[in-house]
Amino acid sequence: MAFGGPKRGGPGGARGKAGDKDKDKAGQRRGGGFFRRRKVCKFCADKIDDINYKDVKLLSGFVPERGKVLPRRISGTCAKHQRGLRVAIVRARQLALLPYAAD
Amino acid sequence: MSKRTYELIYVLKPDAPETEVADMHKQVADIVERLGGAIDKTDTWGRRKLAYEIGHHKEGFYVLEVITGSGELMKEIDRRLKVTEGLLRHLIVRVDESTIKAERMRTKRIDESRRRRVARGLPPDRQPGEGPQGEDSDDSGDLMFDGAETEV
Repeated sequence: MAFGGPKRGGPGGARGKAGDKDKDKAGQRRGGGFFRRRKVCKFCADKIDDINYKDVKLLSGFVPERGKVLPRRISGTCAKHQRGLRVAIVRARQLALLPYAAD
Repeated sequence: MSKRTYELIYVLKPDAPETEVADMHKQVADIVERLGGAIDKTDTWGRRKLAYEIGHHKEGFYVLEVITGSGELMKEIDRRLKVTEGLLRHLIVRVDESTIKAERMRTKRIDESRRRRVARGLPPDRQPGEGPQGEDSDDSGDLMFDGAETEV
């Protein structure tokens, strides 16, 4: 998933100092000044109000290999949507659309 | 009796012949009719891979039915499906409330975005050709920042 690791965009360090290289998440905004790459709740950003348990394609992005629900601290999902997401995943699991656990 | 909308999904064995699928649907339809409900939609997903094995089956035959009716009706269907053989899984979910909620959220957001745009002296709706930086951008915030980064 895109949320997993720091996704590097363009040459954010063009105007930055060389020491910023290790700060992978730091980028530069247009107006200047640094910001830490903000994790955005996918559901807020894409305006998905109703997280549907039938949408396996969407849900599987929040269920890593192991089969557990991806925690909020990783995905950046807001609390409200994480709650809905959890319910959707649990329902999908009942119907064998998603795994309970892998291996 | 209040009418509520439910979704019923059931999973048949993958080797179920067509007659069995039709039979299952008829069983459900009979109960729905008997208890004064209505089937709004039937969607046969067909064979799908299961995320985990159920009784040595790796695939299942999925059918979705959207039913309007009372809670008692769904209870009866649930009871019947529980004792039905050849059924791997079934799930009943009430959907009307969440649909209304989602609809309300959507209208609220649109109104809010219009209000903000008007406050900024812009027309309430997005104009064609407006940049992705607009507050009511259809792009996700994620893409928004990526775009800004690559353009630098």
